[in-house]
Order: sequence, then structure tokens, then C-alpha cells
Amino acid sequence: MIISALAFYFFAGILVLSSVLVITAKNPVHSVLFLILAFFNSAGLFILLGAEFVGMIMVIVYVGAVAVLFLFVVMMLDISFADLRKGAMQYVPIGLIIGAVLLFELIAVFGTWSMSDDKLANLAAPSPGESVSNTQALGKIIYTDYVLAFQGAGLILFVAMVGAIVLTHRRRPGVRRQSVAEQHARKPEDVLKVQKVTPGTGV
Amino acid sequence: MIEITGIFAVDWTIIKLAAILAVTVGVLLTVAYYTYGERKIMGAMQRRQGPMTVGPFGLLQPIADGIKLFSKETIIPSQANGPVFVIAPMMLFALSLVAWAVIPFDKGWVIANINAGILYLFAVSSMTVYGVIMAGWASNSRYAFLGGLRSASQMVSYEVSMGLIIVCVLLCTGTQNLQGIVEADRPVWMQILLFPMLIVFLVSILAETNRAPFDLPEGESEITGGFMVEYSAMTYALFFLGEYSAMILMSAMTNILFLGAWLPPFGIEALAFVPGIIWFAIKTLLVMFVFIWARATLPRFRYDQLMRLGWKVFLPLTLFWVVLTAGILITFDALPS
Repeated sequence: MIISALAFYFFAGILVLSSVLVITAKNPVHSVLFLILAFFNSAGLFILLGAEFVGMIMVIVYVGAVAVLFLFVVMMLDISFADLRKGAMQYVPIGLIIGAVLLFELIAVFGTWSMSDDKLANLAAPSPGESVSNTQALGKIIYTDYVLAFQGAGLILFVAMVGAIVLTHRRRPGVRRQSVAEQHARKPEDVLKVQKVTPGTGV
Repeated sequence: MIEITGIFAVDWTIIKLAAILAVTVGVLLTVAYYTYGERKIMGAMQRRQGPMTVGPFGLLQPIADGIKLFSKETIIPSQANGPVFVIAPMMLFALSLVAWAVIPFDKGWVIANINAGILYLFAVSSMTVYGVIMAGWASNSRYAFLGGLRSASQMVSYEVSMGLIIVCVLLCTGTQNLQGIVEADRPVWMQILLFPMLIVFLVSILAETNRAPFDLPEGESEITGGFMVEYSAMTYALFFLGEYSAMILMSAMTNILFLGAWLPPFGIEALAFVPGIIWFAIKTLLVMFVFIWARATLPRFRYDQLMRLGWKVFLPLTLFWVVLTAGILITFDALPS
């Protein structure tokens, strides 16, 4: 038990520290790297809770894919960090207002939070029964009770993806595209001609 | 007797530590001799001798290379982003080693027998991209940056189809535990069903480990070594070790997913007397040979062709195969319980 408590404080401590560093780091690339560290440590917390599937998916999706794209974009941005800092102070009131609203909402949610009576039993066994693994338990819930919500979420993501492609895609004229099918369909007879060249006349 | 059991109980941690040490040293030695084997095999394929001067048959060549890299000076470019520049190779190297914790070498021969073993492997291999992309950015050099960007997009692209292939295998085995995957009952029709996925997986791991013919992040002839161009001495050696360790890891992963790891080939009972670890080694070496074979045989892909293959060929194919596998399993009522 003491080891899991130590591990919790280790993960949680690094999580909080790296979250602070995300917003205070001078270099935006460093910010993204600290964000990745934060993701990774929250995955560690999930695993500590016994939710190994969620933890692993956290690493695979957030760290392995989403944050890579973040880093990709931030690295390519050519921005002067000093200019960026200059005007930042004028947004502090708006930021404070948003923060206050979020804090109020969180208080409103957690103020009415009540623990179920068998919370200790639930905490001890995150998945129902010894034989059922975490992944199976999750799959059984998602694809039966919550199938509509799950598919709806998937559909929204799909629409968002199509929308992003439609908005950013532009057809540039004069681009020579490779058509693999056409290339494969080419035969020597279609493009090559053997010609007899008599000396002194040319082709 | 009681005292002895007591000692054993205390020594359990030490046994674990010894196992970790053994696996790490074993992997590093395999990496060393994998480079030797690669040079010998490629030499044979290209009618050359390969390393032959240091030691008998050049067997001490990897050791000599290691000493050379150790004794050289580590150069950190003055314009580089110091901490990130140094952390990148360490991270790549460490990640390529931690993944070995869940690999079962034989029945029960595993350091950490966790439930979500295959997810752990996938998560670790999807994180290795950071070593490359951080190195590319921190070097503050155009070639290195291009290499890092190429690697990031390439590894993310091929991970998608790798994930879907893993889903296919998981549908057939019904467990995420690596030992469970090996020992799951696989009739012949299931193996035939999974065979095309083995081919796609082999191509994908070439792209995932940045190996020829997909070694565009390094691309000596166009970006002079890519993300590694500013690295020297031990920092370079860590990249090198990480890359080869990742190749061996991917071979072991292919072995576990498709080739039956420590089980005798084709389920021949007469061959079961051979220790499982021998079969594991032979099958892994076979996949490792494919890496070298591909490198010696195939010219490098063009970048747009690489992306086309990943997104327009492999992604639809593997997605279709997931649906097909699930459909067949449902139709014939063969889903593992």
C-alpha cells in the first residue's frame, strides 16, 4: 500500500509540476513537451487506479498521436516569442473571468457530489469480477448500454474530420499527380517504337 | 527448511532484478551482433566480405565499434537546445529497452506478465517517435528538422494500420495478454485469414522503425543522415542502439502475434522437446533477417509514395480486414469466449 501511495504522489506531483510548466515555459515547444509529460503521468495515475486499458489508450492516443501533431505544428510555427509575450497581459482579465466561471462550475458539480455506499468495494475492484478484464468490462458497457452515445460521439468526430478536410483542402492547378493505375497499365508497345534509322537522314 | 524459504521470499526482488539485468544485457549483446550480422549478410548479398579484420571472421568488430564511439568526443552544437538535445537519444534508448519487460521468451519467462501487454507494447513503440522528433528540433539544423518531421508523419501514419492489424489478431485470440495471444487456439483457417495481415505488418514495422526501404528520416543521399546529423559519439551510439533494439523488439512482436513464439512450428508435437526459447530465438531471427534482406534488396521509397502506401493502401485494407475477421468469427460462431 505504501508503494502505491508513493507512486501516486510521484505521478501526481510531476503531473501538477509539468502542468504549471506548460503555461510558464518560455519556449512553446518546451510547453508541448511538458504537456506530453503531463499526459504520460495522468496515464500512470489511471494504471495506479487499476484502469490499465484507459491508461494505455491515454498514452497511445494522446501521447502517441495527438501530441505529436501538436508538436508538429508548434515546431513549424515561426514566431517571435518576445512579441508574443508583449500583448499577453491585456488578456489577463478575460482569462481570470473564464477561470472563475470554470471554478464556479466545478464547485457546483462537486458540491452536490455524493459517494455511493459501496464506494470502497468499487474502488477495490475497478472491473466487475476477477475473470473479466478491464477491457472486456469497458467494451460490454460501451457497446450495450451506451452504444448510441458512443456511436454518436464517433459520428461527431467523423463529421469534424470531414469538415476539417473540406475547409483546408484546395485544388492547386498545374500540379502533376502520379496516377499509379495509369503507370501500371502502360505497356512497352504503347510508348516505345523501334525505328530503323538510315545513316545520314535522321529520325 | 523454513529459513531457506524465508531467504527465497526475500530474494524474489533480487531474482527480478537479475532477470531485468539479464534481458537488458541480452538485448544489447543481440544488438551488437545484429549489426555484425547485418554487415556480413549484406556483404554476402552484395558479393563483399563484410567485416573480417578484427578478431576471427571479424567477430570482434561490434566491440571495436563500441569502444570507438565511447572514446570519441560528444559535440553539442552551440545553437542547439541543450537539454532537449541530450534527452532525445536517452529517451529513444530507454523506450526501446522498457518494452522488453512484457515480452515472454518462453512459457512464464517474462518480467511483467500484465493483462494489457500488447497495448503496453503499442504504447511504448508509439512513444519512440518523440526521441526522433525532439532530436530533429533540438539540433537547430535544417536537415535534422526535415528528418524529424518526416519521421513523425511516417511513424504516425503506419501506427494506424499496425493498430488495426493488432485488433485483427486480438479478435482471433480474445486476450491482450501476450502469453494468452501465443497460447490461444488457432485453427488453420484462422492462420490463413491472418496471413495477409502478417505481410502488411512486416511492411509496417519496416516503416515504424525507419528502416530501408522506408528510411527517409535518415535518407543519407538527400538529408545527409536526417535527425542524427548533429549527433556524435555516445549520443549517436544511443540512437543506433535504440534503432536496432526497436527492430529486434518489432521482430519479437511479429513473432508473438503471428508466428507462435515459443511453440514448435506448425504445431509439430515431435519438435516440442526443443526448449521454447530456442524456437523463440529462431523465429525472431527469421524476422530480423527480413529487415536486412529488405535493406539489401529494395531502393528507398519516394516520400509521397510512402504516404500513399500507408494511408491509401494499408489503412483501407486493414480496416476491411478487421471487419472481415469480425464477420467471419461471428458467422462461424468462432469468437473466443
